[in-house]
Amino acid sequence: MISLRNVHKSFGSQKVLDNLSLEIPEGKITAIIGPSGEGKSVLLKHLIGLLQPDSGQVDVDGESIIGLRRSHLNRIREKFGMLFQNVALFDSMTCFENVAFPLQEKTDLPKDEIRRRVLSALEDVGLKNIENKFPDELSGGMKKRVGLARAVVLNPKIILFDEPTTGLDPIIKRAIHQLIKDTHEKFGFTAVIVSHEIPDIFDVAQNVAMLYQGKILQHGSPSEIKNSSHPAVRQFISGSLDGPIHMI
Amino acid sequence: MYKIQLFFRLLVEIYVVQALGRVTIGTVRDLGKTGWFLLYSFYMIVRRPGSPVQILKQMRFIGTKSLFVIVLTAAFTGMVLGLQGYYTLAKFGSEGMLGTAVALSLIRELGPVLAALMVTGRAGSAITAEIGIMRISEQIDALETMALDPFKYLVTPKFIAAMISLPLLCAIFDVVGIYGGWLVGVKLLGVNPGAYFYEMEKSVVWRDVYSGVVKSFSFGVIIAWIGCYKGYYAGHGAEGVSKATTESVVLTSVLILVWDYFLTSVLL
Repeated sequence: MISLRNVHKSFGSQKVLDNLSLEIPEGKITAIIGPSGEGKSVLLKHLIGLLQPDSGQVDVDGESIIGLRRSHLNRIREKFGMLFQNVALFDSMTCFENVAFPLQEKTDLPKDEIRRRVLSALEDVGLKNIENKFPDELSGGMKKRVGLARAVVLNPKIILFDEPTTGLDPIIKRAIHQLIKDTHEKFGFTAVIVSHEIPDIFDVAQNVAMLYQGKILQHGSPSEIKNSSHPAVRQFISGSLDGPIHMI
Repeated sequence: MYKIQLFFRLLVEIYVVQALGRVTIGTVRDLGKTGWFLLYSFYMIVRRPGSPVQILKQMRFIGTKSLFVIVLTAAFTGMVLGLQGYYTLAKFGSEGMLGTAVALSLIRELGPVLAALMVTGRAGSAITAEIGIMRISEQIDALETMALDPFKYLVTPKFIAAMISLPLLCAIFDVVGIYGGWLVGVKLLGVNPGAYFYEMEKSVVWRDVYSGVVKSFSFGVIIAWIGCYKGYYAGHGAEGVSKATTESVVLTSVLILVWDYFLTSVLL
């Protein structure tokens, strides 16, 4: 389980997380929704220690990850896989090398086994015969899928997805959501998905938390969020221009 | 009226003191961060130097690919030294000392400094741009999320490659430069070829060569240090990377010249 307690984070004078508390249950898919620029990616980076809070606590499986030495933090990070918003594939490596990289660096598997696992991970995300291509030669959707393969290849306990479907066509979007559901059913990892995909995300997640003005406005099951009486949550779900959220 | 004047004067003074404090704190913090980066790089070189393949790749990039520009600049530097040296020495009737003048200038000073400045322009800027782009495209964050230390993959191979390549490039610079001086001095201006090499052999001692090697080794550290540091902490977007690259080249060049003065004063 991951828990955040009274987390504050500011960049200069801009307050991004304001006394935020959230519990992310183990083995379930939790979606974090909320308007753009509200700090969802910042929140996700706190979970894996890429950003440190100004104050507050972040615990992973009961162990605080604040102020740890790099070696200790790395031991905790070994539980994680992450798919970045911009995928962050290593652009000087081929797709095969990108997916093989964590296996080569973190395991002692023989070359043949690594090759088998990489090809199987790429096949699981619906990609064949692209292993020798560089990330620049792929479409956005294909890159996301290679990123997904890289994130799951070590079978991590927790996977963080930062907007896994933004900018993709509806079919690939649905395919990636299905892929996350299927791999989750298969491996049972804890997943945290930052997403704008309303209403699709309600079919994928078992828990949904809405982030607004640095706080979690509401946290519950998809049906609880869908039937929320909170005006900001209702406005965000309906995509209405009228309500407490003013983007323009 | 006087009170209002006093009030505004106080306001300006407070503002000046605040600005001064801000700049001082920022500078000290940056210096600390830069120093820590160098120390941590050395610590990682000892602990996890990176794979030999990575180091060889970087040596190919920093060393082998700089060969052409090094040979070209070395040849012309030696030729200019031949011309200028001949002009000066001829005034004292000591043209025979041309070999010594060219060799000592190159081995002690110009070889290490010019080779380092050439590598800064060619490889130092590229190191900053490469790491900077990896920073802004979250590739460095991706390494961290995999529980891998980015220094092992991005920084230490470049440090080791630069520390090995620079003395080698400097040696090549010296030899090519000496033959550049020979071409002009002996072949064009008619200096005795025996005197050119004999005087050189007589006056160049191990200490001169040693000082050149020490200098080029330390310039290699400076190139890798500033190149990697500026890229690692590059700002946002393309503008951030371009600013980091410019700063990297300027700072590395200035540091090379400043450090050269201090090293010369110690090694002389």
